[in-house]
Amino acid sequence: MIANIGFGLLIISLTVSVVAIILAIYGGVTKSAVMVESSRRASLITFPLLSLALIGLIILLITDRFEYVYVYQTSDALMPLYLKIAAVWGGQEGSLLFWCWLLSGFSFATLIKKDKTNSDLIPWVIAVTSFVTLFFLYLVLFFENPFFRFFVDMQGEVIKSLFQPLYTLQATPDQGLGMNPLLRHIGMVVHPPMLYIGFTGFVIPYAYAIAALIEGRIDSEWIKITRKWTLIAWVFLTIGLVLGSRWAYDVLGWGGYWAWDPVETSALMPWLTGTAFLHSNTGQQKRGIFKHWNVSLIILTFCLVILGTFLTRSGMLSSVHAFSESEIAPLFFGFIAIMLIASAVLLGWRWNLLRSDFSTGSFFSRESLYLFNNLIFISIFLICLVGILFPIFSELVTGQQITVGPPFYEKAAGPLFALLLLIMGVVPLSGWSVKSGKSLGRQLWKPFLVSLLLPLVLIISGVRGWFALLGLWVVFLSVCTTLYDYARSIILHSKRLKISPWRSSVRMTLNNRRRYGGYIVHLGVALMGLGIIGIEFFQTQTQALVRQDESIEIAGYTLTYRGLTIEETTDGREVAVADVQVVKDGREIAALHPAREYFYVSDQAVTRPGVRSTLADDLYVVLADWLPVTSEGATFKVYHNPLVKWLWIGTFVLVFGTLLALFPTDARRVKDTSLAKGVE
Amino acid sequence: MTERIRLTALITFCMILLFTAPVLAQDDPTVTDDQVNEIASQLYCPICENVPLDVCPSQACADWRELIREYLSQGWTEDQIKAYFAEQYGWNVLSVPPRSGLNWLIYAGPPAIFVGGAAIAVFLIMKGKKEKTPAPAIAPMTAELLEIVEKDLASEDKDDTRT
Repeated sequence: MIANIGFGLLIISLTVSVVAIILAIYGGVTKSAVMVESSRRASLITFPLLSLALIGLIILLITDRFEYVYVYQTSDALMPLYLKIAAVWGGQEGSLLFWCWLLSGFSFATLIKKDKTNSDLIPWVIAVTSFVTLFFLYLVLFFENPFFRFFVDMQGEVIKSLFQPLYTLQATPDQGLGMNPLLRHIGMVVHPPMLYIGFTGFVIPYAYAIAALIEGRIDSEWIKITRKWTLIAWVFLTIGLVLGSRWAYDVLGWGGYWAWDPVETSALMPWLTGTAFLHSNTGQQKRGIFKHWNVSLIILTFCLVILGTFLTRSGMLSSVHAFSESEIAPLFFGFIAIMLIASAVLLGWRWNLLRSDFSTGSFFSRESLYLFNNLIFISIFLICLVGILFPIFSELVTGQQITVGPPFYEKAAGPLFALLLLIMGVVPLSGWSVKSGKSLGRQLWKPFLVSLLLPLVLIISGVRGWFALLGLWVVFLSVCTTLYDYARSIILHSKRLKISPWRSSVRMTLNNRRRYGGYIVHLGVALMGLGIIGIEFFQTQTQALVRQDESIEIAGYTLTYRGLTIEETTDGREVAVADVQVVKDGREIAALHPAREYFYVSDQAVTRPGVRSTLADDLYVVLADWLPVTSEGATFKVYHNPLVKWLWIGTFVLVFGTLLALFPTDARRVKDTSLAKGVE
Repeated sequence: MTERIRLTALITFCMILLFTAPVLAQDDPTVTDDQVNEIASQLYCPICENVPLDVCPSQACADWRELIREYLSQGWTEDQIKAYFAEQYGWNVLSVPPRSGLNWLIYAGPPAIFVGGAAIAVFLIMKGKKEKTPAPAIAPMTAELLEIVEKDLASEDKDDTRT
């Protein structure tokens, strides 16, 4: 019953989307406000319809309805409630429905309030968002339907069907296969939705860009609303990517956070182009430059979202994240082609209208630095694209399968990330259209000198490795310049208004949220850079078989294996937990409990590392799961990861900064001041 | 006679040493897990989905790691072991493809991308410098500017007080 209702809701949603597209296009062409309003209402209704369909699937999952193929494949009766709900995005069919729901949600959020400033764009925004939603709904309904059930025919053959075929009986398995044990983690509950929100959120900037091209809007008004939605999508994508890293760190037991897996990398690509847009759009708003570039970046970003989804869901990529092979690949391919061709045709049509001569004062003006910033983001994106597509290309041409793994990305993209951090540090002190580098030099020399102290201290302390020292210096320089600029603004502000520096900092920040939100984001990125440099350059590891009360030494820590407990859990697992005593400088500082869990239903074992985490370093202990483990002896793999905690702290800072930048500015308080005009 | 016995014993001992040395070496306890992992981390599991050999939990990978240990104990170098795996299971077990043939594209690509992009950026900036640059909307963040800004903020505060 629930499934039939769910299916019906999907059919109605599909129909409504078609109606919305037709009315929107007609309304847009004829400038008929009635038609546009009708299409807006049609588009709005999709969200509640899909919400009900999604709730239907959730009910099937939490009530263990294993006669449904999707429930059988992704859930089992022993799973806790939160994992049963998370199973919605644990498989191809459910996650596609979830995609549709999010897409319609973004359309709903955009259209619920009438946008009078951009009313000419609205019909096209509706048409584009409804078209994208329609495509995904089509996939859900006709290729990856989560409401299929099991039936058995007269010969005992199992049939998967939406409705009961003649001469069959419904089959209900006693138990489901359950979720992959690796995915049974709180990170799995949060990471995919965040990533999907980020992905689907880019549909709104894309829709506005297409609408602006159709209407020939070259002003910066539409770019403002596009920037807001890009920022929303970007922050969710950032959270999703970092949560994925955290999940890998917590669950996969290899002591790292990022493996340059093709699916990970394909999720990073829209983030890179989206971040480039978040910087370059300022050029359009402030100086009327980068118009072609901004539209191209928005189009590229959303096409990359769809490309990443296509690569992940088509079975084309070899990845631990990939879904199984599916028939939807050609459809995705066609959809990407339509989007790219249509966007390119529109861009070509409006090319002359968008023409804006790039004028700059010097190589050190803000325009030029933004240009370099975008160049680096795009270079990293192209490196990722080459890394993902080259194995497919190589296999097509030579028949030889190859892997493009972390060493390629680290060598090719690593120096570029360092350059980005350097530019990030310099840009806040640069000015628009300055004629020479002298002005920048005058702003920069003080924080520059202070920043040199860090590598000096590190070298004196015995830290070696030129690339690591260079990376740490660049991080410190960007922190110094950001804080320097902020501090001198506060001092002047507080002197001027005769208020305390603390009050001044709060007032100044709240009055210039976009600028100082951006500063906080940059500080967050610098902190994340610190964590990444720590683990990439200074990680050490060791592995050994130890008997009870024997020890392993690493980075000044002594880890002693004290024993093992094995217990059966009520949810179908056997859990072996080791007791490891950690001693440093003769003092016991922690007891770690790395574990190995064996899942009976799926016949699969996973490891859970024991981690002692501080601001200075993480001690990360894994029970190697391919060797026997007993209370007498066990094999441990131990990682020492310096500074990695700053990666997670930096993310919090980044998110806080983005939320601050997003928070609506009170127009009454902040007028068009010089500050708001110039220094963003 | 005694000389002959001594000579025979010496030859026999040498023969035994010659034939048993590799066997003894296979049990060489000096090959540590860390040495094995050092090489295994540069190889990918030939049968799993994109999983490095040093962390792959499957039994097949455990066996391959033991194979690396065995070859190390026989004195094979890192390059020899990697070449052996590539020959047996294909290039996809290597974390990066060998520098040959079409694969050069992937090594030449990133520098070419960056150099090409930088050339375009430099060209645009040089061209942009020749364009008539409009008066700056704002000067660099100097103290003078900040003073102006503070005046603005102060006037806003007065406005706020009035309202």
